[in-house]
Amino acid sequence: MSKVLMKGNEAVAEAAIIGGCKYFFGYPITPQNEIPEYMAKRLPEVGGTFIQAESEVSAINMVYGAAGSGARVMTSSSSPGISLKQEGISYIAGAELPCVIVNMVRGGPGLGNIAPAQSDYFQATKGGGHGDYRLIVLGPDSVQELVDLTIEAFDLADRYRNPVMILGDGILGQMMEPVEFRDTEIRIGPEKPWAATGARGRERNLINSLHIIPEDNDRFCQHLREKYELILTREIRYESYFADDADIILAAYGSTARICKAVVDQARQDGIRVGLIRPITLWPFPAEPFRQAAEYTGSFLAVEMSNGQMVEDVRLAVNGQKPVGFYGRTGGVVPAKGQIYAEVKKILQGGARS
Amino acid sequence: MASGRVFIHEDRCKGCELCTTACPQQLIEMSGNINAQGYHPAVVTDQSKCKGCALCAVMCPDVAIEVERGED
Amino acid sequence: MKTVFTKPETMTDKQMHYCPGCTHGIIHRLAAEVIDELGIREKTIGIAPVGCAVFLYDYLNLDIQQASHGRAPAVATGIKRVLPDRVVFTYQGDGDLAAIGTAEIVHAAARGEKITVLFVNNAIYGMTGGQMAPTTLVGQKSTTTPWGRDKDLAGYPVRMTEMLAVLDGVAYMARVSVHDPANILKAKKAIKRAFEVQMNGEGFAMVEILSTCPTNWGMPPIEAVKWLEQNMLPYYPLGEYKVIGEVAG
Repeated sequence: MSKVLMKGNEAVAEAAIIGGCKYFFGYPITPQNEIPEYMAKRLPEVGGTFIQAESEVSAINMVYGAAGSGARVMTSSSSPGISLKQEGISYIAGAELPCVIVNMVRGGPGLGNIAPAQSDYFQATKGGGHGDYRLIVLGPDSVQELVDLTIEAFDLADRYRNPVMILGDGILGQMMEPVEFRDTEIRIGPEKPWAATGARGRERNLINSLHIIPEDNDRFCQHLREKYELILTREIRYESYFADDADIILAAYGSTARICKAVVDQARQDGIRVGLIRPITLWPFPAEPFRQAAEYTGSFLAVEMSNGQMVEDVRLAVNGQKPVGFYGRTGGVVPAKGQIYAEVKKILQGGARS
Repeated sequence: MASGRVFIHEDRCKGCELCTTACPQQLIEMSGNINAQGYHPAVVTDQSKCKGCALCAVMCPDVAIEVERGED
Repeated sequence: MKTVFTKPETMTDKQMHYCPGCTHGIIHRLAAEVIDELGIREKTIGIAPVGCAVFLYDYLNLDIQQASHGRAPAVATGIKRVLPDRVVFTYQGDGDLAAIGTAEIVHAAARGEKITVLFVNNAIYGMTGGQMAPTTLVGQKSTTTPWGRDKDLAGYPVRMTEMLAVLDGVAYMARVSVHDPANILKAKKAIKRAFEVQMNGEGFAMVEILSTCPTNWGMPPIEAVKWLEQNMLPYYPLGEYKVIGEVAG
């Protein structure tokens, strides 16, 4: 299978189509515009439909309607647009509908800028929208992984009847890397007898998240909780990079993790035992590898393009066993390998601090 | 000459009185009794005068009225 | 004697929760009658709003999606693009359609989405307890316009039918009322046309239905229908504002 050079945004769109996505509704926002543009050209080729909606709010509600009709459907946006989608996402989770949402994170808060960031971690993993729901959140670190995870996202969404978010960043969306589409056969999703397709020959179906009687809503929320616990036991993914014997373990995801891998490589060359645990699922968060590593390592250093969001989940997992430090750059500034390495050395020399 | 018969489902009636204005012959009035929901239901005063026009049923917001019609 | 009027098939048996005299009940029934007469129950998908009519799904025996506030036209767009051969309709109040959902209704109409919209305009917010709606009349009292809507503070009511009729994507736009039996029967005709326009693939179809809210207008149902006739009809004139294509026939 040959490799093709693709820009991240375009690769995610092509991957979605291979994943079976036939409907895309979105709104332009930098730095992800290549996604709707690619979809506008490519979806008609596979008998799908692209609509440029009037807003991100409208787009997520079109997703809701299409998902409730049984289709594989996607939307994409960047930080402020994802904020707009939150009510819709809560409704999608509350109605137990499958869909894929791509966020190419940019600098925030507010209008921020169009440079890459990782400051939407809280929004993605701790709610964003109202109510007791979770998104399955995937954090790829390369265009290849973006492709592989996007294809899989549609299966995950259908398997659990839950929205799935691809949490990218402005670097990932814009960078060009060789990508292999190992299997170009367009996936078809499972049958969806629950979909509202017209009540012919059956009882009618209702796509709804309103449970006006508290006891009913309680039962429903417990059902969701059981679903999320199942996802937790089955779908955690992470990568361990030279972490088995490390004196200090970096915690990073996405583009930042690639820079951290370079730090690990450099450190190992210099005889310093640094490692990296890279969550791939940000929700469910891979707490167990961090907990286990805390038994033997000296300390952790979370590295993010934010003011410190994922670091809180690392601290929760480590549960006070060892210090967890944080190094971050914000506002669209990308941390450099040297800066991270300097921080690592400072910690190892001066003693770790949380 | 058409004649009609109106059935007002007493317990579905919410006593809104709209049917009383809809009947061209003013054959409907509100009962002094109270139904299971706590409303004064509408009742037909004189079925023999009903022509089966069904305007009462058209007006009723609660689908509480059924109408039959036949030729004499 | 034969039955000439009974509950439509498409309606469930469940007693509707609406206030006494609320015209939602009439409009639900008209929609159900039309769906019965067109024989489309099994291929229709309805979209319930946020508002008093959120529980529409309890009263109509159809596949239904409940939509977030104002977004029904976007949800309908998603459904109709996935299932173009089904009949898709939204049922929305004046807050849903003319306040929070203004962008969605405008753009669904502009795109010419082949959907049917039933717009229930009772010039007030019912479910939330009687606040001003975009369609509340100048001088009309509500809980957020306690001395009557002041045009200097709260501006003027919006006429959605007139506004939307200018859009090229609109194939059918009508305003009707349900304040008396003659008008109810005319309203049913318009609703039927609005469904037929969709079935003919002609474009976007909407019926604005002037309605009462006796509870929040603070008057008994019989007075409410009179209030509608005297106050709403002059500002919101009835009629077919746009009829193109075969349904014009």
